[in-house]
Amino acid sequence: MSNSLDQIFISAKQWLLSFLAGAPDPIIQIASSLLNIAAVLGVFLTLFALISVLERKILGRMQNRYGPNRVGPFGLFQPVADGIKMLIKEDIVPKRADKIVHFIAPIMIAATAILALGVIPYGRNMTPFAIDGGILFFFAVGSTTELAVFMAGWGSNNKFSMLGAMRAIAQMISYELPLIIVTLPVVMVVGSLSPDAIVAAQSKFWFVLTPWGAAAFILFFVSGLVESNRTPFDVPEGESEIVAGHMTEYSGFKYATFFMAEYFGMFAISGLGVTLFLGGWQAPFAWLQFIPSYVWFFVKLSILLFVYIWVRGTLPRTRIDQIMGFAWKFMLPMAFTCVVAAAVWHYEGRGLAGWLWSLAVIAIVYVGLSRLLDTGKRFAPRTYRFAE
Amino acid sequence: MSIVAFVLISILTLAGALAAATLPKLIHAALSLVVTFLGVAAFFFLLGAEFVGLVQVFVYVGAVAVLIVFTILLTRREATAADKFNWRGAVVAIAVFAGLVWAILKTTSLSIAAPQIPALTVKRIGEVLMTDFVWPLQCVGLLLTAALIGALILVMEEKRQ
Amino acid sequence: MTLSILLVVSAALFCIGLLAALSRRHAIYILIGIELMLAAANLNFVAFWRFSSQPQQPTGVMVAIFSIAIAAAEAAVGLALVIAIYRHYRTTNVDKLNQLKG
Repeated sequence: MSNSLDQIFISAKQWLLSFLAGAPDPIIQIASSLLNIAAVLGVFLTLFALISVLERKILGRMQNRYGPNRVGPFGLFQPVADGIKMLIKEDIVPKRADKIVHFIAPIMIAATAILALGVIPYGRNMTPFAIDGGILFFFAVGSTTELAVFMAGWGSNNKFSMLGAMRAIAQMISYELPLIIVTLPVVMVVGSLSPDAIVAAQSKFWFVLTPWGAAAFILFFVSGLVESNRTPFDVPEGESEIVAGHMTEYSGFKYATFFMAEYFGMFAISGLGVTLFLGGWQAPFAWLQFIPSYVWFFVKLSILLFVYIWVRGTLPRTRIDQIMGFAWKFMLPMAFTCVVAAAVWHYEGRGLAGWLWSLAVIAIVYVGLSRLLDTGKRFAPRTYRFAE
Repeated sequence: MSIVAFVLISILTLAGALAAATLPKLIHAALSLVVTFLGVAAFFFLLGAEFVGLVQVFVYVGAVAVLIVFTILLTRREATAADKFNWRGAVVAIAVFAGLVWAILKTTSLSIAAPQIPALTVKRIGEVLMTDFVWPLQCVGLLLTAALIGALILVMEEKRQ
Repeated sequence: MTLSILLVVSAALFCIGLLAALSRRHAIYILIGIELMLAAANLNFVAFWRFSSQPQQPTGVMVAIFSIAIAAAEAAVGLALVIAIYRHYRTTNVDKLNQLKG
């Protein structure tokens, strides 16, 4: 029974495709791909709408106030109101802006974010497009986002937009390196770039439970925060600093597209983090496997998204030079250390000796880096004031 | 099916390349270059070398195109005068193209159809990289390090004495 | 799809790159032309591998990968040169860079 519940979406898709039983092969392939795309878009657009209101409610609760609670039960229909507002706003394009570049930038940024969602395994046999080099495809598409951000900044003919775009690109390129190098230990240990193989290799234990996996997961999470331009790294879109950065001259539906692209990027990076380190759609213990695989995936994804929102509500914004220094001086050496630690773990036989040796490697490098990068500044003791 | 794909991708690539070579505004030329690179990556996918296609998108579109666009920004001239196009280069290019096409079409051993080959996996590329091509790999590593240090030194501002 | 038609397409790409490199005076246009020529050469390598009689020896694919890496390094150094020259001479027109002319 649980197996059929697990594969219910696959069975539904096969039933829908059986209506085209007599058609030639390319038509069936195209129909199958279209069904996959429709499913991914449907699920993630709904999740985007839900997260946009849940984020404001959770942030509100952390700040000791209610979030939006007027529209619908508990304010959950707020995305409908937001959508209507965005759609009926006037679409203003600056007079001397480059029309084609200004128009294509939000399309390209949303397209790359949605493309990245296509290679993540959402359940058993439920990867929309299973290609051999799936992880490489994800990063190739992610690195196209920088070009789209530049097009947005340049196409607005606005010095603030250009400055915001250049800072955004500098930040994204700097953190792409730790992001990619930190996935190398996982690929090395599994021996394949395909996300399905990586999830299948975590059936005994999740990679986050190894020392190199835990360090790599923390680095991956922080790099994901930066890649999606979330607080504490949201210098490109911080309203108190640079208006809205590269999105300043966009109004109405185009701004909604940028917003959507940022959230989709968040979903994609969280999905990849779940796949690489948290075991994908695998259940933690064997006796919990009656719960379907896609439920496990979305539970883990929701936990990661909650931590994203939690970090946004807790930490203040960092300066751009602090962000760059952190990337090049700390995260890059730690990322290389994770690769070395994974190799040490593998060559010591993947047992207790491997665990201890790789933990030693990571601890020594971490302590050494902390000593070297210490600036000697000390903070005053914290005082708290609670709302009454 | 693959004939249609081949014709579409070659039209896209060649149109993008022509736009990159002839458009007056530099930014538009750089963005058409991105379209050309994506077209070449699609060619690699069509020919069955998916890893090279992904590396092409990753390196060329994600890095080289961003570099070109940054450099265009940092070297903008005060007058936004468009660059004059010298048509004598077109004569040379057409002559070279005619010569190449004549040579290709005259060689009858090249008119072969595509054989069925097993899929080239990333695992196989990794194996070959570490056994037959390990010396070129080390040399490329040294070359990239030298290029990184050289590029940094070239653009570092000189210290004021 | 025969090998010769694929080689004709890559020859066309090469000649368009040659056109860009020969008929422009802005340094970055010339670099764009060089990148197009390199892309055409990579396409040739992979095409010959695909139509070869020994596909389990992926020599063409490996040369294309190395060529992409080297092209990235060359683009980086070339663009650094353009920036350094612009800082000094305030121009990117390669006709004006003739101080060593005899």
